[in-house]
Amino acid sequence: MNDVVALASEDWDIVIAGGGNAALCAAIEAAERGAKVLILEGAPKPYRGGNSRHTRNFRCMHHGDLGPLVETYDEAEFFDDLLRVTKGETDEALARMCIRTSEECLPWMQAHGVRFQPSLAGTLSLDRTNAFFLGGGKALVNAYYLAAQDLGVRVLYEAQVKHVGIEGARATHLEVEIGGITRNIHARAFVLASGGFQGDIDWLARAWGESARNFLIRGTPYNRGVVLKDMLDQGAHSVGDPTQCHAVAIDGRAPKYDGGIVTRLDCVPFSVVVNRNAERFYDEGEDVWPKRYAIWGRLVAAQPEQVAYSIIDARSIDLFMPSVYPPISAGTIPELAAKLDLPAEKLQATIAEFNASCRPGDFHPQQLDGLATEGLTPAKTNWARPIEEAPFYAYSLRPGVTFTYLGLKVNDRARVTGPEGPYENVWSAGEMMAGSILGQGYLAGFGMTIGTVFGRIAGQEAAAHVA
Amino acid sequence: MSLDVTLQTDPGAISSDPVEEARRQIEICNACRYCEGFCSVFPAITRQKVFTDGDITQLANLCHNCRGCYYACQYTAPHEFDLNLPAALASARAESWERFAWPGGLADVFQRKGTALAAALVVGCAMMFMAVAALPGEGEGFYAYLGHTAMVLIFLPAFLLPLAAIVVGLRRYWAETGGTTVTMADLHDAAKSAATLKNLDGGQGQGCNFEVEERFSDERRMAHQAVMWGFLMCFASTASATILHYVFATPAPYGFFSVPKLLGVPGGILLTLGCAGLLVLKGKADPALGTPKRASGEWAFVWLLGFVALSGLLLYALRESVLTGPLLALHLGSVLTFFLLTPYSKMAHGFYRFAALVREAQDRRAS
Repeated sequence: MNDVVALASEDWDIVIAGGGNAALCAAIEAAERGAKVLILEGAPKPYRGGNSRHTRNFRCMHHGDLGPLVETYDEAEFFDDLLRVTKGETDEALARMCIRTSEECLPWMQAHGVRFQPSLAGTLSLDRTNAFFLGGGKALVNAYYLAAQDLGVRVLYEAQVKHVGIEGARATHLEVEIGGITRNIHARAFVLASGGFQGDIDWLARAWGESARNFLIRGTPYNRGVVLKDMLDQGAHSVGDPTQCHAVAIDGRAPKYDGGIVTRLDCVPFSVVVNRNAERFYDEGEDVWPKRYAIWGRLVAAQPEQVAYSIIDARSIDLFMPSVYPPISAGTIPELAAKLDLPAEKLQATIAEFNASCRPGDFHPQQLDGLATEGLTPAKTNWARPIEEAPFYAYSLRPGVTFTYLGLKVNDRARVTGPEGPYENVWSAGEMMAGSILGQGYLAGFGMTIGTVFGRIAGQEAAAHVA
Repeated sequence: MSLDVTLQTDPGAISSDPVEEARRQIEICNACRYCEGFCSVFPAITRQKVFTDGDITQLANLCHNCRGCYYACQYTAPHEFDLNLPAALASARAESWERFAWPGGLADVFQRKGTALAAALVVGCAMMFMAVAALPGEGEGFYAYLGHTAMVLIFLPAFLLPLAAIVVGLRRYWAETGGTTVTMADLHDAAKSAATLKNLDGGQGQGCNFEVEERFSDERRMAHQAVMWGFLMCFASTASATILHYVFATPAPYGFFSVPKLLGVPGGILLTLGCAGLLVLKGKADPALGTPKRASGEWAFVWLLGFVALSGLLLYALRESVLTGPLLALHLGSVLTFFLLTPYSKMAHGFYRFAALVREAQDRRAS
């Protein structure tokens, strides 16, 4: 605690709110330029790193082989991919700058202790676009904390930033709650990198509606958007739809928070999905799962009690990556319905109707096989094979929130804009400003790209400001 | 297409049974796969979707306790999944050695109780003191204290009986893990991995996280290499002396520039330093990531091995002095204890680890 008092009362060059990838990149850049830097991480040490803990790769532009990346992934293709997922909801200049800068980030990451590994089993399709971290995001976070520590950066854990003290166009201090005591920590420049608000269920419920209370949060419970809200209340400019979050369909038995990657469920394309009323509601075979899991987050969110059940038979149990939760199994459909607490007759009728509409043809689990139902609404347009071979298996599905889109508006130097124009000494990076570039949808590994690029810029700019 | 999903566990159901608990954690790892690049365990996990008891035994014995996965893991406590794969696999591993040991029960005692190991050492040394005192010497050097015939009569069974017990244990291991006929290629792969301690290099040569938490260090690999190569050199030294004795009719003592001494002296130094290094590193490492309930037996074993090496070196350094007799009894007593306890102490890990590497080579080739 003496350490806390001493650190809190020092005069810092730069204080950083947040302790994830973007915050750490900023801290390292600033400390390498001679600045005296303090990181305020809201989580306790085992949970440090925000959502970066759960990440696994970094999307990166490159020409020719770079680190673990093969061939070429150029700006045009990268930007096209971004346009496709965001449907144009992006700031082109900012996005292109981010994409271009990503190339020099990968060697920088390696130089600061991040290790990469070849694409993980089952993700070979990404070996050209995404560089995977050895050990995942927590290993990256550990490497950055060590690099920062070696540069003299100090860290306070369980330090919750409550308020940014601003006078005119300058921030003067942060109000920080540490161990139940609120302290003012002063600095000459500030980097805000404390994430979105998806950990605050009440806020989600206000924005999205009461049904959000049934959502699961895939990442850290510590991203409650306190700093974001405080800045918006003080008139900082915002970007991103304040009502929207990115949600995917995950196993309904996942922990309320922090379930991360293992809660994903890949069986939907080979299944029939029903809601609480044992009714189908969407084409399960519309496309391959990586292109559909986000849509299913919203689809399930729209169902009664925000839950659905994916049902397969014995022939499909070995077709997808293992789920961490064992399936609910039964010898007959009514028995399965009883275990799931679904109306048995209705479920039997739904499955029977589906089975009757399946047509003969070749089933190819690894590609769009065109094996579609006939005369069924909604249709299943691929992998439509009768659910008929016992045992039958079911997995429950719920929406799992990954991040929120609302953020601080920044310019290409990561500077935050206030009511009277850009602040003189406030920068932002990471999920907290990602809505500028990612206004809708998601592109795997791009959150880490935004965090790294803008985190580094914020650190460089803040260091230049205090130099 | 059939998959026995009844083998799957609930990820939230923490078990006190070592195999069940290892299975629970391995299933979570298989759904995550972020650690694939650290060692052989994770690629082996991804080859399967459900895990039999034999699979768990194999994965547990393949793990070298480098701890890279623990420090990189997003699901360690206080997360409700409470992953600690190094400890879970260590627990299943130690339990498997106790299960395979023949005769049963002995490994339970000597793996868990350092005091039992120390007591065995005292008894072993006392017996050798008595042997030196009671039996006639015959010839030069150490043989003046204890004759060659007596040494052979004591150490031949003390070497062969434990070896027979190890063979029984390894056969049980092979049956449980579904091993097939061993080929030269399997042995080659396993020997290469063992010789370089590939599974302690962190996957990219940066080393492991044994004693420095999130940082990487190669010190444990270096210390273990010193122990392993030092031990093998000492063993080769004894073997070469046996050959000199029987084939070339050249009995001990040997001068410094002889094969037994040129192997034995550096080997003994390496083994002593390596054991000292392992003890220092073990003191720094977090015991919560090690083998639950076996710490005292593990500490005692490294001390015993170090004592074997150090007493051997001292015996050579202080030869033809008043201390030769007592030192000979201490050294031979520690060697006797070490040999007899090989199937029931941490020493067994060398055999099972090698078997796991052979098994892994087979599995990798079959996939």
